[in-house]
Order: sequence, then C-alpha cells, then structure tokens
Amino acid sequence: MSFDADVASPSPMIEVRGLVKRFGQTEILRGIDLMVARGEVVAVIGPSGSGKTTLLRCLDGLEAANGGTIRVGDVTIDGTLPLARQRPVLRALRMRVGFVFQNFNLFPHRTALENVIEGLMVVKRLTRRDALARGRALLARVGLEEQADAYPQRLSGGQQQRAAIARALAMEPEVILFDEPTSALDPELVGEVLAVIRDLAREHHTMVIVTHEMNFAREVADRTIFIDGGAIVEQGESAALFSAPQEERTRRFLGKFLDRPNYIVPAKE
Amino acid sequence: MDAEIALIWQSAPFLLRGALYTIGLSVGAMALGLILGFFIALARLSDIRALVLPARIYVSFIRGTPLLVQLFIIYYGLPEFGVTLSPIPSALIGFTLSVAGYNSEVLRGAIGAVDRGQWEAAAVIGMSWSQTLRRVILPQASRTALPPLANSFIALVKDTSLAATIQVPELFREAQLITARTFEIFAMYIAAALIYWVLSSLLAALQSALERQANRHVVRR
Repeated sequence: MSFDADVASPSPMIEVRGLVKRFGQTEILRGIDLMVARGEVVAVIGPSGSGKTTLLRCLDGLEAANGGTIRVGDVTIDGTLPLARQRPVLRALRMRVGFVFQNFNLFPHRTALENVIEGLMVVKRLTRRDALARGRALLARVGLEEQADAYPQRLSGGQQQRAAIARALAMEPEVILFDEPTSALDPELVGEVLAVIRDLAREHHTMVIVTHEMNFAREVADRTIFIDGGAIVEQGESAALFSAPQEERTRRFLGKFLDRPNYIVPAKE
Repeated sequence: MDAEIALIWQSAPFLLRGALYTIGLSVGAMALGLILGFFIALARLSDIRALVLPARIYVSFIRGTPLLVQLFIIYYGLPEFGVTLSPIPSALIGFTLSVAGYNSEVLRGAIGAVDRGQWEAAAVIGMSWSQTLRRVILPQASRTALPPLANSFIALVKDTSLAATIQVPELFREAQLITARTFEIFAMYIAAALIYWVLSSLLAALQSALERQANRHVVRR
C-alpha cells in the first residue's frame, strides 16, 4: 500500500459531519466535523470531559449519536436514527474499524493468543490452524510471542494492551481507534505500548488516537485536533499546533503540560 | 437396635427407589429450570418492556408464593380447567417453574455483573450479540453464578420432598409409607434424612469441581 497514492485518493477514509451527542440535557458533542485521510494518523487531545472519548466511541458505534453522520470507507451511520435500527450497517462499520480501549478489555477467560484469534475464528471464520498461525504472528509483532499462552491476569498492563492491539489488528481494520491507550498503565509501561503504536503509524495505518501523551502526539501524529467543550477548537499539523497554537484555549491547555514530565518513547530501529 | 437396623435394611430397596425419583425430579427440574431461567433472565435484562414486565411478575409470583401451594395449584387446581396431570409430571412442572424463577435471578445478576467493557470488546471485533453472550459473557458469568446455582440445586433436592403431598413416590413419601406400616418412625426418617444429606454432599462436591474448572484462569493469591 503506497502512502502517497492513498492520501491522494479523493475521498477521506473517515468523514464525520455535524456529529451531536447528548447525555440527558448535557450536550457532549456540539456538531463535530472531522475528516481523516487514508493512511493519516490523527491525535485528539483536550481536557477531561471535553468529549474526545465520546467522539471516538461514536466512531465505532459504542455510543449512539443524536445527530449528524459518520462515514468510514463505504459505510455510513445516520446519527439521527437509533443504532438498533441500523444493525447491518453497524456491523459493517465495526468490520472496518478497530478499537483499542483504555482498560484493554481483554477476555479474561482466554489466553493472549485466544484473545487474538477469537475474532478470526468466530467472525472471520478462519480455520483454527490458520487463525493460530495469524495470531502467533501478530503476537510476535507486538513482542508477545513468549506470552501467547498466558491468561491476561498473568500479564502486565503494557503486555495486556499490546495483546489488545494485536486483537484489533487481527481483524485487519481499515481504521484503528485508540482511546487513551496508555492512561491506565504504570509510567514505566507506557513506552512499550507507544512504541507499538508508532510502528503502526510508520506502516501508514489510518489511526485516530485520543491521548494525553503530548510528546507522543507531536512525534507520531500527522495532525492533532484540540477539542474542548464538545467542539473542535483548533486543529493542524502536529508540529505547528504544538509549537505555535493559534487559540488562547489551546495555549492554556498545552501550558499545563509544559511542567509535566512526558514519557520518552524508547527508540526502536 | 438390631431390629431397627434390620428394618432399615429391609426397607432400603424402597427408600432407594424413592431416592431415584428424588434424583430424577431434581435433575430434570434443575436442567429445565436452567434453560427457562436463562430465558427469563434475558427477558429481564432486555430493554423491551413487553418482556421485562412479565418476567418480573413471574419471578415475583414464584418467589412470593409457597412451593407447596404452587404444587397444589398444578395437581389439584388445574383439573378444574380440564387439565389433569399425573403426579410426576405435575411435580416436574411445579419444580421446574419454581427453580427457574430463582435461577433467573442468579443468572440475571451474574450476567449483569460482567463488565460492560467485555460486551464492547466483543462488539468492536464484529461479534454478534449471541456470539458475545455465548463465548464471552456466559463463561465469565458462570463463575459468579455457580455457587448460588449450586445452592438452588441443593435446596431443590430437599424441596422435592414436598412432592410427597401430591402422591409422587419419592424418598420422603416412601419413608412415610414404611413408617405407617412399621411404626419405626425415628429410624426411618433418619434414614431418609441421611440419603438427602448424601445427595446434597454429592452436589456440593460437584460444585467444587466445577468451580475449580471455571476459575482455572484466575491467579490464586
């Protein structure tokens, strides 16, 4: 897959228009418009409660929108209709989108390898043999070949998250969404997970990453979006947004991170 | 004393035949009650009002009325409506309906206790609702559900003695019949009690084995 050719393709991979989400009376997302090109890596940053996680969850139908549309590839979810009335579309959407949770959500009764092959066997209907081969290759890719037969409870948080990433990759999604993938990790485990995500970025997977790791966003994301109060305040090329934010609110938010240590992603080449 | 032991020995075939009815009724009602209870639990967990309400009323009625009264309604009451069932089907239906009510509450709690993130993790890899339930949720819920289900099974074994009142020749009924013949009341009921105890103990052992199996992925601390 050639990066340049894909970016040059006319229609974006993800196209969100006028996305509205309310919890009761509170408007969490106030008409979000968002485009993500094929092969693009987008970081979403913003204060807690800004709606960034809700935005990500709407993109995979984990939250039902209250208005707007979400298109991923050739699948469009109508935010004005309940998800229960667009089940086939929702399923098609989820076949194209991978999701990595803050809390990993590995299946505790299955080993790391079984977690990875679950979707291959049950959803993609691969034979057990083929699924196992693919599963082992994916675990090797995230550096977990040794832990294939370990149950999640035996794994560190970083290992669990890497297994969860392998599980998402197994479905060969066109887009991978990361919801604060390192927020639940002990500081010394953050780097190993970020390194895996950075490798995926280099392979030009289309990714949207909600994160508090500012250095990581700046280094890995092509574009960074700052969300506050349920709306996009500012977005731009990551380098530009972090070094010269245009909006006062962005500056104030980023200022809070200046005196906070950020984790160095171990170099891996 | 020797006479009593001899009597118990002579009565043993009758008691054991009764125990077979006890076991058959218990196992049959528990198996059917698990299936029915599972669907009642799903109805209660659904967000469809037309399912939730009947399920709630059902569980409320089953838990709120004596099992003995339920058995009498089925065996003595239904014939008034032209539904005449013999003792064993009546008992099987009564026990099934009853234990299903209790099981449904256990299963509802256990399914509800599985983290919502597990449903989501299955959904995002494209698993359907029924695949998720079968492969992700139930294996985890069964861990939580096993001890209370074993409780309800053991309670059921003892409750089958109520079937004596609707002419089912189960263990307690056999003991009653023998005492009526021989007037050896104490020895006979003790013998019956011991058999119930053995049956319950076997179930408790089965529970332990199943719990070990279900907990094999859990790190012991």
